[in-house]
Amino acid sequence: MSANQTINIVLAGVGGQGILLASEIIARAAMAAGFAVKTNEVHGMAQRGGSVLAQIRYGQEVHSPLVERGAAQVLASLERIESLRNADYLAPDGLAVVSSQIVLPVTVSSGQATYPQDAEARIRTAFPRLIYLDAIGIATGIGNARCSNLVILGALAKGLVLPAEAWREGIRQSVKPRFLDINLRAFEAGQAL
Amino acid sequence: MTTQTELLSGNEAIARGAYEAGVTVATGYPGTPSTEILEAIAAFKPDIYSEWSPNEKVALEVAVGASFTGARSIVTMKHVGLNVAADPLMTFACIGAVGGLVICVADDPGMHSSQNEQDSRHYARFAKIPIFEPSDSGEARDFTALALSVSEQFQTPVILRTTTRISHSRSLVALRERAQPAKRAGFVKNPPRYVPIPVWARAMRRTVEERLPKLSSAACGSPANRIEMRDPGLGIITSSVAYQYVRDIWPEASVLKLGWAYPFPDELIRRFASQVKKILVVEELDDFLEEHIKALGIACDGRNFIPGLGELSPTVMRAARAKYEGRPPIAAPSRAQTQDLPLRPPVLCPSCPHRGIFYALAQFDVVVTGDIGCYSLGVLPPLNRMDTILCMGAGVSMTQGFEKGGEPKRVVGIVGDSTFFHSGMTGLLNIVYNGGSAVIIVVDNRTTAMTGHQPNPGSGQTLMGEGAPAASIEAIATACGVKRVITVNPYELQQTIQTLKESLEAKEPTVIVSRAACPLDEGKPVGEALAINTDQCQQCYECLSLGCPALERDEAHGLRINDLLCGGCKMCQQICPVEAISTKEAVQ
Repeated sequence: MSANQTINIVLAGVGGQGILLASEIIARAAMAAGFAVKTNEVHGMAQRGGSVLAQIRYGQEVHSPLVERGAAQVLASLERIESLRNADYLAPDGLAVVSSQIVLPVTVSSGQATYPQDAEARIRTAFPRLIYLDAIGIATGIGNARCSNLVILGALAKGLVLPAEAWREGIRQSVKPRFLDINLRAFEAGQAL
Repeated sequence: MTTQTELLSGNEAIARGAYEAGVTVATGYPGTPSTEILEAIAAFKPDIYSEWSPNEKVALEVAVGASFTGARSIVTMKHVGLNVAADPLMTFACIGAVGGLVICVADDPGMHSSQNEQDSRHYARFAKIPIFEPSDSGEARDFTALALSVSEQFQTPVILRTTTRISHSRSLVALRERAQPAKRAGFVKNPPRYVPIPVWARAMRRTVEERLPKLSSAACGSPANRIEMRDPGLGIITSSVAYQYVRDIWPEASVLKLGWAYPFPDELIRRFASQVKKILVVEELDDFLEEHIKALGIACDGRNFIPGLGELSPTVMRAARAKYEGRPPIAAPSRAQTQDLPLRPPVLCPSCPHRGIFYALAQFDVVVTGDIGCYSLGVLPPLNRMDTILCMGAGVSMTQGFEKGGEPKRVVGIVGDSTFFHSGMTGLLNIVYNGGSAVIIVVDNRTTAMTGHQPNPGSGQTLMGEGAPAASIEAIATACGVKRVITVNPYELQQTIQTLKESLEAKEPTVIVSRAACPLDEGKPVGEALAINTDQCQQCYECLSLGCPALERDEAHGLRINDLLCGGCKMCQQICPVEAISTKEAVQ
């Protein structure tokens, strides 16, 4: 990255998937690497099962806390179709990390709408640079499905240039000590993809 | 002096600023996006006394009392809360502060979690008091301290205004030590200073007008306002988070950044205007600055290029710049087919007790006046069981108007416990006093849930974690003169429906207290997770009328209960006509 470039990251998903923790880890990793950081998260009504969006920007100097459409170097989605909903944030050459997990909205269960059956095909068309993964399955294999957000983070880290030590520090500062080990392993599993 | 740097949200930074500036009293009422300010301040006990007041009017009045003793205080609320506190604000602006008093109001452009989009900057001009607007967390901390000292120096309340993107964005703040509060003498009796009976209020009125030019002059020299000279071809006048978008999208433009916008710093505005060729005003929501700049006789652009509806963003600003420069907007081709994606609106959580009340209400042809809280979500399908929302407390009061206006159907008002204490009680008193017969349901989940589970006068606990007498909704209703006061468990659907039926038949005011603690706040499921016996299920989908997120159905997998989400409230089990829903063990 050039000295004055600002790095933009967008995290999408559904309330309760651990997006806010993922956002905090990225921010603290960037801080540990010596960058200025700004983040923005959706609060309030969106927590009640609605779509959630977190945005992280870091660089030598950061102005807006919001990412401009078409400017994100990385878009990570913890839910399948939330990646499509927020696709336009991603820069043309940006990396998309998408969990194959489906969280059915009540609008689908109650018959007002349908969940697109061709979502995966759309995702593969929309994102030329794509890591499409079963984050829940990988995290379950490690020992805790709740660490799927760290698997996503590990994959996302491949699209960024932050030193491994900074990531480690970001995770260490953000999770409870007794969950540090499993979170680090989940992160490494994502990186290994 | 410490040099520790922390990543703080705007709200946490305001709390930090209050702590560092020696605030000793902090009050407020929860409201997104302001809530976390007071929650963060509560962590500074015992240095700061903090309280959730029953409403914003009370919160401000408590702080005014503290100010009169010489204490520094801060009051927090969302934009609509300032409407509630407007009465004390307008007169306190005339009487004036002793100890510094800052009213922190958080606006919600774009209405992420609000019922209206209001630009609270107008209150500064309305009350003729200063307003500070930070553009990131560092300024949020700095301006809190600055606002407190301006309040003391000029004996005026000061508004500190944030927006959702300031309150909920995080950026780096270098922490400082707390300045110890000055020793104070306490209240000094002085009726002409503190009592606005007309003879003295007229003098206060004059003081307010005389204060304005002094404040304007101070604003011109304040570090909160600054000129950043770059290309003199274009000068942008901006404030709040819009400043950050301007810096990203118009990096070469000169900027007059107004962190202290009112009383308008006219001399500074004139100086900037003389240094640049053209002026563009970039502000979110109303044309508050632009209107005044034009009134000064300074030509400028603004609302003709910058949208005044909804919130600004770098994306909106990029399009505005193209328009300003006469270029077609760069319409980036959309990457994905998104037009048919199912919406994912917020919903009542699995095992939310409010669901029982809405299911019960769906059995009756009545008008339901709603109110502000999680239960506002009962308006959405498939529950569809709320007909109006106006403001805090109106769910109770409006029933009376429906009835006296001639509405042929029975009218039911719904209000939450915290909202009942906030401003529902007076509406109930009115119903009894003026011969109404509405059924009022107080959905008492023992907490202020929507904003993140703050305690309220019914919770038995204070913001600072102390025990407190729990106010009884039933006793208050009885004291208002309501004779039919009934408590139900909303998880018991048949009992709830029966109680509602009898109450609608009774032609007298009735209060139904629907009591069950918010399971999210309790931190444990209501019961054991359930499952559907697919052999027994007749696919009637009656259970889906509950709108529970744990009940999932799609073409690929049919109907099922997501046992990670299910809280075991058993409402779906109660309404299943073929008894196909039971505990997982029983089903297997």
